[in-house]
Amino acid sequence: MDSQTNKLAFELAFDEGWQYAPAPESTDHIRIDAQYELFIGGEFVVPQEGRYFPSINPATEEPLSKIALATAPDIDAAVAAARKAYDKWSKMKASERGKLVYRLARMLQERSREFATIESLDGGKPIRESRDIDIPLAAAHFFYYAGWADKLEYAFPGRTPKSLGVAAQVIPWNFPLLMLAWKIAPALACGNTVVLKPAETTPLTALKFAELVQDAGLPPGVVNIVTGAGETGSLLVNHPGVDKIAFTGSTEVGRIIQKAIAGTAKRYTLELGGKAANIIFADAAIDQAVEGIVNGIFFNQGHVCCAGSRLLVQESVADEVVQKLRDRMETLIIGDPLDKNTDIGAINSAEQLERIKSYLKIGEDEGAEMHQSSCPVPDRGYWCRPTIFTGVSQSNRIVQEEIFGPVLAVQTFRTLEEGLTKANNTPYGLSGGVWTDKGAKIFKMTQGVRAGVIWANTFNKFDPTSPFGGYKESGVGREGGLHGLGAYLSLESR
Amino acid sequence: MVSTASRVAVAKTYKIYIDGKFPRTESGRYFPLQDKDGNVIANVCLSSRKDFRNSIVAARNAFAKWSAASAYLRGQILYRIAEMLEGRHEQFVDELVTQGISKRRAGAEVDACTDRLIYYAGWADKYQQIFSAVNPVSSSHFNFSVLEPTGVVAIIAPDDSGLLGLISNVMPAIVGGNTCVVLASESLPLCAVSFAEVLHASDVPGGVVNILTGHRKELTTQFASHMDVNAIVYTDADQDVGKGIQVEAAQNIKRVIARTNVKWESDASQNPYVIQETQETKTTWHPIGG
Repeated sequence: MDSQTNKLAFELAFDEGWQYAPAPESTDHIRIDAQYELFIGGEFVVPQEGRYFPSINPATEEPLSKIALATAPDIDAAVAAARKAYDKWSKMKASERGKLVYRLARMLQERSREFATIESLDGGKPIRESRDIDIPLAAAHFFYYAGWADKLEYAFPGRTPKSLGVAAQVIPWNFPLLMLAWKIAPALACGNTVVLKPAETTPLTALKFAELVQDAGLPPGVVNIVTGAGETGSLLVNHPGVDKIAFTGSTEVGRIIQKAIAGTAKRYTLELGGKAANIIFADAAIDQAVEGIVNGIFFNQGHVCCAGSRLLVQESVADEVVQKLRDRMETLIIGDPLDKNTDIGAINSAEQLERIKSYLKIGEDEGAEMHQSSCPVPDRGYWCRPTIFTGVSQSNRIVQEEIFGPVLAVQTFRTLEEGLTKANNTPYGLSGGVWTDKGAKIFKMTQGVRAGVIWANTFNKFDPTSPFGGYKESGVGREGGLHGLGAYLSLESR
Repeated sequence: MVSTASRVAVAKTYKIYIDGKFPRTESGRYFPLQDKDGNVIANVCLSSRKDFRNSIVAARNAFAKWSAASAYLRGQILYRIAEMLEGRHEQFVDELVTQGISKRRAGAEVDACTDRLIYYAGWADKYQQIFSAVNPVSSSHFNFSVLEPTGVVAIIAPDDSGLLGLISNVMPAIVGGNTCVVLASESLPLCAVSFAEVLHASDVPGGVVNILTGHRKELTTQFASHMDVNAIVYTDADQDVGKGIQVEAAQNIKRVIARTNVKWESDASQNPYVIQETQETKTTWHPIGG
């Protein structure tokens, strides 16, 4: 490391001289009930076995609410309600169906502050992210797909699109309401009814969404929300009464689902794990690239399937990039998710924190050098400091396996071909990033990386019009955009 | 085949097609193909799992270059296959007849094969325009989605349609830049081998299409489970076999494409959505700014 970058590190020592006053989002405007039931057939109903589980605030370890545990008879009831509603919903005039989906978008916008606050309380993500990204994007998804409802025949030349029936949807805890929107909005617009299971650690915004479904006047049974853990999800996916599975989660569970529904006529889309390479060339705008690396791996505590969890940096600028990255890491504020100054919130659960910690140990055991920011972390709650590993090799587990936390593995490359080969040396293929100022190189790389979403000179951008989904073991099918419609329709020849 | 004239006819040795070459199966095994009178028509290669693995290596190695070939070139090569097939029309009709198909049906099948090749050749530089999109994202980015080939496709070709069924499944895969390994019809295998000769004479690079003959009972599991296969196409499996294929395919999240109960002679079986089934959608973002 040359003297200039060392000097920079010294100047950016934020630990002492730069304090922000607390700026927490208030919670007096939100309502979280002490207990939530299952949302089936347009009503909140008590689970048949009467069991509940707590939803915990990961920043305080305090329970927020008691959540109903759905078991087999509840799943039967939810699927039956969705089936009953399907007949009417699929035959409703498409423009009218669209208006009801539009209504969901508008009501979500109206209550966005409440949803954002609850999302951060329940999941641990910084309020800046839930306020500026999760909730607005979720509303935008409903708004986008609502307009498709009466235009589907224009999306598939030479084909007549038909709805599928009852969709079973299982979503993860990293973007709870946004994943709900990705699933429910296109399903409804295409004339399907849904039974959705949110993740057991983040069920609250889905249950608040159920209130919107009631208020918006959707026919009972068009949207059903069942809560529980993996066993509930398995009951739902394997239920003989569902026609389509939409799952977002780990590749491990995706594999189980693909096997479990083999031999059935169930259609499926799987949005699974990733281990994206963020590739920095020497001719990139380095400061912008460093911001992109930070956004790529520390956004949402790294709980992002498309996170840029592998940094591939061209050798000639590697020292400079790593130093600037470490300097930038030092400035990140970790703490209260509700505080508007917070950059990195709480790890979603104790279980996930254990998993991340186990990978930190694996990284060190494999001989990599670990660098963590020195920022203070609260005493209570689940926290992980932003972490990078240097001196890793391609075969290291922290390079090959998805950690799903704020942990970055740094590798170097010399030639474009070497960078591309390393980027593609993974069973995953969800996303990738390329940073260079040279247009031809951008296209060479964006064409060469075998992944479904490529960000060039940017990272972790999402939009309802933009298809999302993976190559290889990162999944099957696309969500978002025109391409996302195909997941909820059968295309019959005219 | 017994020669009635004084000259002895030269019968063909039917081999398999891997990496642009015509080896015998490495296993040295065969199965006799008989006509309805019980005469041996040919000893057909009984391909092994090792032959399949070799084919996958060839297909994977061929993928980078074939997927990067221009759409125009791929279209011309498919068109060239059609030209070569048309020139060998009588040979394929005779071969189908030898395998027990009526002369009239055989002629219609070979005609349909040529026409199907022309059909997919024409899609080479068009399907992308049908299925791509520029996406109007609300942030200041240029965002577009295009199709890219899924990779190596394993195809278990229809048993009851020895030539047309094979062509109808191979062409949509390779016109989109995939490479493939095909298990030919078990009961009508001869045309598949002769079709490999047509491919070989049509500038299709070695490894892009690899054709095996053998028992599907023996090879289906391999086709479905191999970790370097990205998609599996099957065409006439019953429900149990279809289930087994998906269970094996899940090991590396293969795309599982079932084309059962398709009438291959019908025009309805050809459309660009068949091409799309072995394509991935890639979305690219770039900022717009000064």
